[in-house]
Amino acid sequence: MDESEPQLLKQGAEARVYICKYLGRDTVIKERFQKKYRHPDLDVEIVKERIRNEARSILRCKFANIRTPALYLVDFERRKIYMEYLATNITVKDFIAKHGTANEHFEKIAKTIGETLRKLHDNNIVHGDLTTSNMLLIPKLQAGAEQIDPAWLAKGHVELVMIDFGLSYTDASIEDKGVDLYVLERALLSTHSNYEDLFAIILKAYVVSNPKGNANETIKRFEEVRARGRKRTMVG
Amino acid sequence: MVLAIGFEGSANKLGVGIVRDGQIIANCRRTYITPPGQGFLPRETAEHHQQKVHEVLKEALDQSGITPDQIDVICYTKGPGMGAPLMVCAIVARTLSLMWKKPLLGINHCIGHIEMGRLITNAYNPTVLYVSGGNTQIIAYDRRRYRIFGETIDIAVGNCLDRFARVLKLSNEPSPGYNIEQAAKRGKKYLPLPYCVKGMDVSFSGILSLMETKIDELLKTYTPDDLCYSLQETVFAMLVEITERAMAHCGSDEVLIVGGVGCNVRLQEMMGVMCKERDARVFATDERFCIDNGVMIAWAGALAYSSGTRMDFSESYITQRYRTDDVEVTWRD
Repeated sequence: MDESEPQLLKQGAEARVYICKYLGRDTVIKERFQKKYRHPDLDVEIVKERIRNEARSILRCKFANIRTPALYLVDFERRKIYMEYLATNITVKDFIAKHGTANEHFEKIAKTIGETLRKLHDNNIVHGDLTTSNMLLIPKLQAGAEQIDPAWLAKGHVELVMIDFGLSYTDASIEDKGVDLYVLERALLSTHSNYEDLFAIILKAYVVSNPKGNANETIKRFEEVRARGRKRTMVG
Repeated sequence: MVLAIGFEGSANKLGVGIVRDGQIIANCRRTYITPPGQGFLPRETAEHHQQKVHEVLKEALDQSGITPDQIDVICYTKGPGMGAPLMVCAIVARTLSLMWKKPLLGINHCIGHIEMGRLITNAYNPTVLYVSGGNTQIIAYDRRRYRIFGETIDIAVGNCLDRFARVLKLSNEPSPGYNIEQAAKRGKKYLPLPYCVKGMDVSFSGILSLMETKIDELLKTYTPDDLCYSLQETVFAMLVEITERAMAHCGSDEVLIVGGVGCNVRLQEMMGVMCKERDARVFATDERFCIDNGVMIAWAGALAYSSGTRMDFSESYITQRYRTDDVEVTWRD
């Protein structure tokens, strides 16, 4: 056996997450268990598609130099995906809840989020479920350091990791990118309604981070998607 | 001690309801029903409401046994909804306010649904799935607002069902959604349809256009019952999935389903299975309270009025666009 007994880490809405040793490495197993409320054919189809999306996008991110957990194994039969376990981490959601937006590193983190999203979109990857729970901060090892500095967070030595690519796809259209930004804006409004400038900083970094490329079309479409939402008459 | 009367007419239902201290003492309604294959249009719907409003009001007063002088506040739906039908109820409410010399209060239709559901089911702080002909939203309460966590990015789920009923020429009596629900019970063969969840948002327009453009071809291999069944299984699975995501996000263990589509028993059943798996509870109501009615407007008005909300006569307009999170919730902590 090169796989230790998995320990349940958490149960999310669509998957159970375990940790174990796999081939000597600390590993996360994400099991997309059966949802009994939906038709079995639909369930199998959705799970297959999401595992496929996740694996494909992680690989695409690697080529694009975007940090995600490394992919170890995909097991369609058992509905499982094996990934690198990042033991020391804090979600951006928890970071904001604990430290607020007045702290010195907040703006840098928000900018990094914008730049990372732009990189995703420039590589035609759409995340599909952008929330601050799906963004992790992990310690960034400083030059020459072997150990994680316990004060990594306070010093702002952080790296941004994108997770949960189950709703993603890799041949995204302008519309998809616009919707991706809209989903993020909505998630921020509902989760961090007291920090109104967060999305503005992210969006600005998104626009300026790649001076060679052109984000105008995506931003224009994003504004159209947003207008559709706000202008909906909501009859009945 | 508040006695409130409410007028609802934002779509094809005209309702008058009366509430005394959380007790429903009248709940009267008429529905404008169109022939199979046709939806309801603003002008005809408004005419229907105009013709029926006197008899519904009289019925409500008789049912409750109260006299106008006992009323504390007159509530009407300010929006969202179709302009012309909304205007009918607003004019009636304004007229009565002057005749009876009573204060007037305009109410957000969505807030009405949520508060009605909480009153009937006693759900304490639920994640709310609001599903109707015009709305599809996942809502949770946070710091004096009902905040929208997810919603449709194109058409509402009820609109998708209604329009599909028109494609099949199903009867609109008592409602297209009810007839789809009955047909779906006889369906056996499952047709895979576009399943579109984006974060906590959903999209239904792809399913509808597929059904509309391919219907003749589909009917060669599937019965209308099969199609109703497949449609329900797909769209409800999407709704249950985003509800579960919202619950996980908010750490909530209660779901309340409100709005016209909320009385669909299959949707309630699927939601129940999801809730059982995560030790949560599902709350739903039947057609008397789920479908648009006057009581929900009266009750939401009573809550707002008791907590000090007042409206000047000059502000008694209507608005077709009025978002759930625009309302400051003064009656909850």
